[in-house]
Amino acid sequence: MKLEFLDNKDFWSGLLLIALGAFAVFIARDYPFGTVVRMGAGFFPVVLGGLLVMFGLHVLVRGLRGIDKIEAGWSPRAMIMLPLSLALFGFLMDRAGLVPALAVLTFGSAAAGREFKLLEIVGLTIVLTGFAVAVFVWGLGLPYPLLVGY
Amino acid sequence: MDLFHNLIFGFGVALSLQNLLYCLVGVLVGTLIGVLPGIGPLATISMLLPITFTVSPVAALIMLAGIYYGAQYGGSTTAILVNLPGETSSVVTCIDGYQMARQGRAGPALAIAAIGSFFAGTVGTLLIALFAPPLAEFALKFGSPEYFSLMLMGLVAAAVLAQGDLAKSLAMVAAGLLLGIVGNDINSGIPRYDFGITELTDGIGFVVLAVGVFAIGEIISNLGAPEERIVFTSSVTSLFPSRQDLKDSIAPIVRGTGVGAFFGVLPGTGPAIASFASYMLEKRVAKDPSRFGRGAIEGVAGPEAANNADAQCKFIPMLTLGLPASGVMALMLGALTAQGIQPGPEVMNQRPDLFWGLIASMWIGNLMLVVLNLPLIGLWVRLLKVPYRLLFPAIMVFSAIGVYSLNSSAFEIYLAAGFGIVGFVLMKLGFPLPPMLLGFVLGPMMEENLRRALLMGRGDPTVLLRRPISLGFIIATVLILIVVAVPAFQKRRHEIAG
Repeated sequence: MKLEFLDNKDFWSGLLLIALGAFAVFIARDYPFGTVVRMGAGFFPVVLGGLLVMFGLHVLVRGLRGIDKIEAGWSPRAMIMLPLSLALFGFLMDRAGLVPALAVLTFGSAAAGREFKLLEIVGLTIVLTGFAVAVFVWGLGLPYPLLVGY
Repeated sequence: MDLFHNLIFGFGVALSLQNLLYCLVGVLVGTLIGVLPGIGPLATISMLLPITFTVSPVAALIMLAGIYYGAQYGGSTTAILVNLPGETSSVVTCIDGYQMARQGRAGPALAIAAIGSFFAGTVGTLLIALFAPPLAEFALKFGSPEYFSLMLMGLVAAAVLAQGDLAKSLAMVAAGLLLGIVGNDINSGIPRYDFGITELTDGIGFVVLAVGVFAIGEIISNLGAPEERIVFTSSVTSLFPSRQDLKDSIAPIVRGTGVGAFFGVLPGTGPAIASFASYMLEKRVAKDPSRFGRGAIEGVAGPEAANNADAQCKFIPMLTLGLPASGVMALMLGALTAQGIQPGPEVMNQRPDLFWGLIASMWIGNLMLVVLNLPLIGLWVRLLKVPYRLLFPAIMVFSAIGVYSLNSSAFEIYLAAGFGIVGFVLMKLGFPLPPMLLGFVLGPMMEENLRRALLMGRGDPTVLLRRPISLGFIIATVLILIVVAVPAFQKRRHEIAG
């Protein structure tokens, strides 16, 4: 019985849905619910949140009885590096310009892969950055500074 | 002959130099991503959507549609040559197509797949031209109660038929609807779920969600799985199918087209279901079913026709009712809306150039695919050898620029990154994602129509049951739910999904 729920797919799915639904209803409590004739801003969200909680309970109960396991095999590195390099792209676009943003994005993403080959990644970064600048700035004319301040 | 006139008009639009060019680009990009495993039409269309905002709506839709059905063609190439489904729609093609390739008959398999797809595409185009106008005419009578009931039926059907767990699919629809109402309420102006963030008062960008979930989430997921080794069995020598091959394929192609067209108009059924159904049908009607799995050409011809017919017919509910029947159609609907076109039955009357031009372009695109693809097989094979580790950073770059080009907003990039993680977690927990996108797209419309319906009924919710058309949709919705609750169906659903 020890920690069997840790990789129980439906257990976690159910909890997630219940949390999401409850959160939706909790936030929507401030919105006017309205009447049936004049549906208020809170009506739809509360109903949907309620539905989510219901589905969540159903899935959770099934999870407590079932044995559906979460499939093994995921890459924590990819899950951190990819969103992070994407976020950095956004951050750098506003402050440093397209070229540094693209370079960081490509390098960061490529480094999230299964194998880390420095030379290949550097090459890929240069090629992709150049390609994107050529297509999007020179080709499609997107108005982004290549490098802020220049 | 109205149909004839309309089609001529459509071809006039589609044959303009610009539209032809966008059609060609669309089908080439579509084939490319179809050939490559690990990137599908959902991710591609999401990340290229922003670029299409700058061109005319007709050209944009023509190109996006080209990517969509082009991917069906490309997917079969990979299935036949390396036994990997380039797209989910070609899972079934792997079975006999790959066996044919092992027997040195990769060429005929590829040719029959292309011919079958082309035939199905042609019939699909005709079906849209025939059935879309009366359907749109009918839909013009719809008021808010009808639209609400129709959307309800569409969403429930989509969840039921989606591959994956039923409760989870329905939950994803609800979650999508909730995401769709983020932002200022149209009626009262009250900001909902904005958490004090100004960027959220306009709602979550449709591209932001789609790119996050389908492009970023997919990559995170792919990088967790072991890399698939690509092994070529044979080189393609002769493309020409023998006379016997052609004779054996005609009936399966026709049947597959019928099966595909039937599943095509049903919401939620992906092309994988249509091709699977066609494969089962062929196996059942075959004189010698034991040949299946050992390189039966019928097992390539039928499913390939089915998945293309399905892809084409998915446009019918989208173009006439404004009801997306699949994730890709939800993206198309989003593209229309972003171009300032209100989807629904009015599109045909108000933008006949868009409607008929798109239909004509699909036939032209299918023709291009047959003519161009077979000679280009060598090129696709070479592209197949591009390893995923070089491919996914390129997808990241396109996604990032696509999202940023919407509003030059760093916030939306952060949001897309967040949705990437959300999408990955949901995938890992076995939640199907397309139903969420359908809910997201329909959310605001559904709420508004329900509000208006209740106003019309003076607060009496039975207004949805008192109008015959609306009642019909509600009954259909209930029937669908009852049918799925039957254990035998549940079991079958799991078999197909698994």
